[in-house]
Amino acid sequence: MNGIHDMGGMHGMGPIEHEPESTEPVFHQRWESRVYALTRAIGPWRKWNIDTGRFHIEQIPPAEYLRMSYYEKWFTRMVTLLIKTGLVTSDEVASGKPAPGSKKESPALKPEAVPAVALNRNIPPNNDPGILPKFTPGQRVRARNMQPLGHTRLPRYARGKVGEIDRDHGVYDFPDTNAHGQGPKRQHVYAVRFSAQQLWGPEASPHDFIYLDLWDDYLERV
Amino acid sequence: MEEPQDHQHQTVPSDISLRVKSLESLLVEKGLVDAAALDALVDTYEHKVGPRNGAKVVARSWTDPAFKQRLLANASEAIAEFGFLGLQGEHMVALENTPQVHNVVVCTLCSCYPWPVLGLPPAWYKSNAYRARTVIDPRGVLKEFGLELSPDMEVRVWDSTAELRYIVIPQRPAGTDDLDEDALAALVTRNSMIGVEILEAAK
Repeated sequence: MNGIHDMGGMHGMGPIEHEPESTEPVFHQRWESRVYALTRAIGPWRKWNIDTGRFHIEQIPPAEYLRMSYYEKWFTRMVTLLIKTGLVTSDEVASGKPAPGSKKESPALKPEAVPAVALNRNIPPNNDPGILPKFTPGQRVRARNMQPLGHTRLPRYARGKVGEIDRDHGVYDFPDTNAHGQGPKRQHVYAVRFSAQQLWGPEASPHDFIYLDLWDDYLERV
Repeated sequence: MEEPQDHQHQTVPSDISLRVKSLESLLVEKGLVDAAALDALVDTYEHKVGPRNGAKVVARSWTDPAFKQRLLANASEAIAEFGFLGLQGEHMVALENTPQVHNVVVCTLCSCYPWPVLGLPPAWYKSNAYRARTVIDPRGVLKEFGLELSPDMEVRVWDSTAELRYIVIPQRPAGTDDLDEDALAALVTRNSMIGVEILEAAK
């Protein structure tokens, strides 16, 4: 979707407010750490995948998206998906109490399993000789001009632009289908090198290049 | 296509910390999460997983040419030698800064970041300003971090649009020939591994 989340190239966002690295805490508020941990602890129930999760952040209305902090967006997403997948009801969220007679779920992620979960791979291996690449390094490609209403990882700023395949990263789930329960449609992902002048015009530095990781279905031959 | 959800969360107390507390107690009571596991997850990312991991990888790449070769050829496998594995670091790519090429990493669409080697991202990395500006004005962004690159230096911006996660290998500072791997690792900052800082020699 052409959402506010797709902000590469936008103006007007102001300076970057960076705290000194030596004093910045991992979490600025306790509730942020709880939102992070809750999201990770709910993950093992496998009620939604990473692409569905990202799509639900993208659906936060633009004005709210810009106002909210990062973990506020995570919290909003979690509440929406918990209700949508039936893990909780909106009445339960409103009251903070389980509905009378609702069954107790098990097993929750246990503390002793946390090190393993922290270390776990969450995405499948990227080598699959059965899925052939459509493009090869060095080849010129055009990012498709497309405006899907659903989830996509092809940013607007690259659509219709010509770049060069830098390297083949192997095979990955396709977000545009995977986010919507339409299957992983696994295919090759490439680092594609675009000149800043191709993306932003002749005023850009001739020495600047932007690399995007793009799936086969985002690309066409030039 | 589904419409954006209506905002159920607004019916809970308006203060975000109260809303989070309320949700946590609901999920614990329902048996969906275990509070001790939440504590362990927070502890992991506050104290165990962070940019010191990435710094060790960088220091070894400076001292061990064979490791550096493995790192640039297949960063996931080379980093796995340290055991720095897991979510948001499954498929790693290492980007080497040289006197001719400077690399910098961003995620314009969300805030993808290599958790197992750098920990959770700093607030500025997740900011609208960094996400919007880095791809269109990398030199202006770097200048705000105090980094002025020569106009003929090649700048490569890596927008993490897929499941690959990037770590920049900064140039080894001059005057560090007599330092061992641990002392070198202590010089490596998080920001240098994102690509918004160049390392200075130890004073």
